[in-house]
Amino acid sequence: MFLSMEHLNKTYSGGKVAVDDFNLEIEKGEFVCFIGTSGSGKTTTMRMINRMLQQTSGTIKLNGKDISDMDPVQLRRKIGYVIQNIGLMPHMTIRQNITIVPKLLKWSQAKMDQRAEEMIKLVELPTEFLDRYPSELSGGQQQRIGVVRALAADQDLILMDEPYGALDPITRESLQDLIKDLQTRLGKTVVFVTHDMDEALTLATKIVVMDGGKIMQVATPDEILRHPANEFVENLIGKDRLIQARPSITTVGQVMLKNVASITPDKLLREALKMMHDRRVDSLLVTDQGGNLKGYLDIEDIDYNFKTATSVGDVMHNDVFYVKSDSLIRDTVERILKRGFKNVPVVDAQHKLVGIVTRAALVDIVYDALWGEPDKTDEREDATAQGGDAK
Amino acid sequence: MAHLNLWEQLLYYYQHNGVYVLSQFSRHFLISVYGVLIAAIVGIPIGIFIAHHGKLSGAVIGIANVIQTIPSLAMLSIIMIGLGLGVNTVIVTVFLYALLPIIKNTDTGMRNVNPSLLDAGKGMGMTRLQLLRLVELPLSMSVIMAGLRNALVLAIGITAIGTFVGAGGLGDIIIRGTNATNGSAIILAGALPTALMAIILDVALAWVEKKVDPTA
Repeated sequence: MFLSMEHLNKTYSGGKVAVDDFNLEIEKGEFVCFIGTSGSGKTTTMRMINRMLQQTSGTIKLNGKDISDMDPVQLRRKIGYVIQNIGLMPHMTIRQNITIVPKLLKWSQAKMDQRAEEMIKLVELPTEFLDRYPSELSGGQQQRIGVVRALAADQDLILMDEPYGALDPITRESLQDLIKDLQTRLGKTVVFVTHDMDEALTLATKIVVMDGGKIMQVATPDEILRHPANEFVENLIGKDRLIQARPSITTVGQVMLKNVASITPDKLLREALKMMHDRRVDSLLVTDQGGNLKGYLDIEDIDYNFKTATSVGDVMHNDVFYVKSDSLIRDTVERILKRGFKNVPVVDAQHKLVGIVTRAALVDIVYDALWGEPDKTDEREDATAQGGDAK
Repeated sequence: MAHLNLWEQLLYYYQHNGVYVLSQFSRHFLISVYGVLIAAIVGIPIGIFIAHHGKLSGAVIGIANVIQTIPSLAMLSIIMIGLGLGVNTVIVTVFLYALLPIIKNTDTGMRNVNPSLLDAGKGMGMTRLQLLRLVELPLSMSVIMAGLRNALVLAIGITAIGTFVGAGGLGDIIIRGTNATNGSAIILAGALPTALMAIILDVALAWVEKKVDPTA
């Protein structure tokens, strides 16, 4: 076993128990995510691994050796450490930052220079950056450096404490790809603390869910989604993801509404407005004569352009987001929810408009996911019983 | 002499006593620098220590503050009782006054180092000494320099009073001027270089301060 933690306890002097009987075994090459709300003890547990904190009781063994017998300074030089605030030294160049640990280990200058260049190539940044200062880099670039700094001395184990918490979603995603790629390619073992379930599900090979200092569940992402151990885990996963996780072969075509309000581009705006009014909708899909999806039209577009434009084709949007009718719900639902559309048009293989998926249709799926499964029928009866009482 | 105006008299004084003024100037400068240097050698470690031991910092800075409130002439006289007349008394006085700005700025500089940098440094395996040498000191250097700059400007003023205990320096020339009838030119001959020294050192150290600021 590469890293094993047995009966870890951490009690602060005020009597607050931060970690309570924590047991975990980590194999080499695993990507372990500690997830939980703030105060769940995940960061505390992680910081005990490199002895930034001392456990009250229990043992941590790295490669079979008890870490409390090791010199903490030597131990930390063997373990990569990435923190949320990046922690690049502002008075050192990127080169110096990357080679901090090699320098502490007294490598030769030539070897450090070579390593710095290897490392910066690893994160796909230009080598000119080596002689710049951290303040000249963007936040995402800085954290890339923060990541390779933890790899520069060939550390096998890397601890990451919410490293991407302060980054915007796009930068975060690219950094997640980066660490996942590096971890598998270089065979590193990573302990990653996060409160973002999406992040944990994307990255981890093993997820450790914690609450109030206790382990709630240890499982692979798939297992956690399929069989959340208790209500806390379920809530942490959230409804959106339970929909995704539902082992469903339902296609978009099966849940879509077929009666769609659509219009052709050559029609007048007046007609479009009348159609919206009659059908009580605020937007129309635009198709050509053959029924192929061309775009969409909003009530705002009519409102703004009623005086200047005449036909639907003049003001419609061409960049319409759509899904295919034969695609699986579980593959598309996330995209629909994330983009926040009220509804999404559905096309067939010939790009012909065949229907529409509304958020209301998704409600049914969520409902099924939560209450529709056989082992959850009890809860459903409870729910109806309560409803009956209320009446 | 009476037919010359003030500035002509000043020029005349410098022409005839140039070497004397220069020697007093360097004496004045050295007394100030020695006092500040000793204060730095003592004060910077104290500042580092109290920055790491938060509870002490209030008490230590309090004591340094009390020293600062004693009028310099009184302080000079009190120390004279112990050390007698001469240059050592002035150096000790300068030392005591320079302590506060140096300790205070070192403390502030060290405390202002971003704690996440200390966490990162420690987590990467720096010893306490390495953390101090590689992270804390470089990052607080410009604030510490600002303290030294304050201390040095203060020291030049105190050294001027040192003439009363027979330490020499530009104060000697000023006192000579105040004792002479129509001595305005002599007063200026001493006061102008004193002011000039303070200004030049202030500007020079401000430049150094900027130079050592790692984030600039």
